[in-house]
Amino acid sequence: MAFTAFSSSTAATEPVVRRKSRAALFLLLPGIFYLILFFVTPLISLVITSLQAPDPLVFGRFVNALNWQNYAAVIELYGEQSVRSAGYAALATLFALLIGFPLAYFIGITLRPYPLLQSLALVLVIAPFFISFLLRTLAWKQIFSTEGPVSGILSSLGVLGPGQAITGTAFSVIFGLTYNFIPFMTLPIYATLASLDLRLLEAGNDLYGSPATTFRTVTLPLSTAGVLAGTLLTFIPAAGDYINASREFLGSADTTMIGNVIETNFLVLQNFPAAASLSLLLMAAILVLVALYVKRSGTEDLL
Amino acid sequence: MKGFGRYGIWVFSAMAFVFLLIPIVYTVAFSFNDARRTNIIWRGFTLDNWFGVCDSQNVCAAFGNSVLIGVVATVLATTLGTMIALALVRYRFRFRNATTLLIFLPMATPEVVLGAGLAAQFLQAGVPKGLATIILAHTLFCISFVVVTVRSRVAGLDPALEEAGRDLYGSPQQVFWRITFPMLLPGIVAAALLSFALSFDDFIITNFNRGAEVTFPSYVYTAAARGIPAEANVIASAVFFLAIALVLIAQLTAAARRRQLARAG
Amino acid sequence: MTNHDVPQGGFAEAGADLELVGLTKRFPGFTAVEELDLTIPAGSFFALLGPSGCGKTTTLRLIAGLEEPTAGRILIGGKDVTTTKAYQRPVNTVFQSYALFPHMSILDNVAFGLKRRGIKNAEALAHEALALVELDHVGRRKPTQLSGGQQQRVALARAIVNRPALLLLDEPLGALDLKLRRQMQIELKDIQDEVGLTFLHVTHDQEEAMTMADTVAVMNKGRIEQMGPPQELYELPRTSFVAKFLGQSNLFSGEVTSVSRAAMVIDAAGTKIEVPLARAQRHTGHITVGVRPEKVSLHGAAPEASAGRNVMGPGRITDVSFSGVSTQYEVTVPVFGALTVFAQNTSISSMHRDGDEVWLSWAVDHAFGLADDADSAGSPRFDADFDTSMIAVQSRKNLEAELEGA
Repeated sequence: MAFTAFSSSTAATEPVVRRKSRAALFLLLPGIFYLILFFVTPLISLVITSLQAPDPLVFGRFVNALNWQNYAAVIELYGEQSVRSAGYAALATLFALLIGFPLAYFIGITLRPYPLLQSLALVLVIAPFFISFLLRTLAWKQIFSTEGPVSGILSSLGVLGPGQAITGTAFSVIFGLTYNFIPFMTLPIYATLASLDLRLLEAGNDLYGSPATTFRTVTLPLSTAGVLAGTLLTFIPAAGDYINASREFLGSADTTMIGNVIETNFLVLQNFPAAASLSLLLMAAILVLVALYVKRSGTEDLL
Repeated sequence: MKGFGRYGIWVFSAMAFVFLLIPIVYTVAFSFNDARRTNIIWRGFTLDNWFGVCDSQNVCAAFGNSVLIGVVATVLATTLGTMIALALVRYRFRFRNATTLLIFLPMATPEVVLGAGLAAQFLQAGVPKGLATIILAHTLFCISFVVVTVRSRVAGLDPALEEAGRDLYGSPQQVFWRITFPMLLPGIVAAALLSFALSFDDFIITNFNRGAEVTFPSYVYTAAARGIPAEANVIASAVFFLAIALVLIAQLTAAARRRQLARAG
Repeated sequence: MTNHDVPQGGFAEAGADLELVGLTKRFPGFTAVEELDLTIPAGSFFALLGPSGCGKTTTLRLIAGLEEPTAGRILIGGKDVTTTKAYQRPVNTVFQSYALFPHMSILDNVAFGLKRRGIKNAEALAHEALALVELDHVGRRKPTQLSGGQQQRVALARAIVNRPALLLLDEPLGALDLKLRRQMQIELKDIQDEVGLTFLHVTHDQEEAMTMADTVAVMNKGRIEQMGPPQELYELPRTSFVAKFLGQSNLFSGEVTSVSRAAMVIDAAGTKIEVPLARAQRHTGHITVGVRPEKVSLHGAAPEASAGRNVMGPGRITDVSFSGVSTQYEVTVPVFGALTVFAQNTSISSMHRDGDEVWLSWAVDHAFGLADDADSAGSPRFDADFDTSMIAVQSRKNLEAELEGA
């Protein structure tokens, strides 16, 4: 899917003949066992926790039950944050696409005659990953802070009212999300465009397609796989993100996302059932998206 | 606007690259700031932060933890993940679709869910949170990425090479260790590096499962409220430069090798 | 959205003349096409033949508009199209790799050019074109679901449906197996006759060029060495490159010793060879003459000298290769070395055997005289604009060649 951009080799073009052997079990079992122990069981744990009811005897403790009301309560309480999370994530994905697609086109097609420049451009795209995610977000917070240069310029231009801040707004949260996920959007699209046969574009030109038309009728349809992968890779983590929206970074009390809610419930309020049910609802929503993707492309393409 | 089409994309991309680099430049610049408590306003240039990075504050301890966790988790994840990747590509087995889904899901699960889930499980199992739980958590989400990276490398191997090995009297173990493994090594190394990077930079899952332990990202998060010390910027910048240097060296040697092959032809 | 630079309906220049004037294309480090002058009459099937690297594909791309010339002009139907872009030129290409759009159905592929030009009944015309190549029944499939031969025919239909002034074919039959290739050669020629378009076919397969084309141009190192109907090129080559690239030749060099009214005689290492003046490019000095292997007869005993025949021998047969229709003999003659003779297998058993002593003879009228010397054919045509490492590689290659030749 998306990660061929990270590895330096291309996938085989001939179908691989697979053997049937005991060795497969030996190779698979340790890893699969680990995944089951630390991924599947925690999910089951979450389910159990989400159905717990408050212990009638001890305040702050919970006992196992079938308390389905947890889900209803949580949806009612945090409906607004959920919608907001989806909205922020969708906008961030859109902006990341608007920036990431031309960038991927530039690296994968325009720079194809210059392999060294291409490699360097890829390094520049991944470079932000090498600085801690938190520090990147913090840098934007300080650049946008009321003492910073951007605020000053916008105030003098009259765009920003007195006492108005950039940080703590929907704008800054979406800005932060978009920035952090540009590489996630760009790399899968790059991977698809890099293997685009340029002769197809020549054929388009040969058959009376202007550069714009050829892009629309040939390049764009052939990059759908990359765009889809990039969208998934961006939207899913963005929906569950809580760093950008938290008060210490680019958010405020007005921009709480579902991730913040889950974190607060779990670590601060210690309301484990609420946190668990919210997590599962988020997980369910995402699984729906993934299921749509799998339906379109099949499971072989996932990895 | 005739030339716009051709040059427009160069201009746009240049601006995009600059945009991507702004926080990096900011972070590196402020590592040289003569800050006192809070590293928010530029006071003056100094190298003190770089030289005395481990003096005060507990940055270095946090950094050390992160490195330790990263190394252990990487070793575990790379081993388990490589084995899975080999099995996926080379062998037929039942429940292939289910296995693929199981490997893919951790990548698609939001970190809050993974973090909360693991924390809930540790809670239920009565396991105290600490370094061990962090390592277990990191290994989990790294396995999937290792599988993806190594798998594409395995799929790209020419089966004729191993067949030649068997034809020349190599036993299965010899063929694997002398032919397959060395050819897979670049992919495995890439997967290990990716895994380490993911572990080192992880905050959300760590936060749910660390108890009282401090990793570098959790240090930064906690310090964010009152102001991050410049030493944290120093460490982050140092890691950045090291990583960039490694990547650039790898790219340049690959390019040089390509040019060498082209000339010899 | 339609492309308004291209007229709807037919092209005014349909089946038009193509003219190249002084066409030159330089890449950093070498020159691909040098001062090319060429006129292809409307409605003809023209083949551009040459070894790989001779510049024929570059010429094709220049005509299609996929490359820009360094110098020179391209005229289609008298109109200068040198500065127009590929999507504005009334030229279509059948690509070597077919370049069918994988995300579109076959029908959409064929209709693509028509839709870009805003032609109203594009789909109906596309069906017609597919029917022409007998693939109308696969219109809904995707390119990956067709065989190589079928893809090739779709690529052809996609180009032809636009009735361009000029149809360019870039080694389109290269990926097909022998039987399919032969079939497609005939089909292509038939279609060209039927549709009446000007075809420019680029290939390195000389048999293909000779079978299909009305006119063949042999290209070497960026220039056209000789151009004309296939038979003329084959029977009367003008340069040693054409003599050796198109079919095989036996070449002899010598001084002209006498010239009569209709013929001249050269002395090639003691043997006298007569060549008609009309079939020789040069009549004085040191020249190279030749004869095609199938024109040479083998004799078990020294034949009587007769007017109108050249005789050579004795020589010894050093190799016999049976190839179905004919047998190829290699005859080693003192001084001249190995000569090639093709004898048609009119009987079932081989006529001569390895080691037999034989004499060769051929009609004087079958000999031809070349414009250049076989020896000088290896000298470089262009100044070497290589960088130092390339010079080193070149010198090493020259040295090795020298050592091998010694």
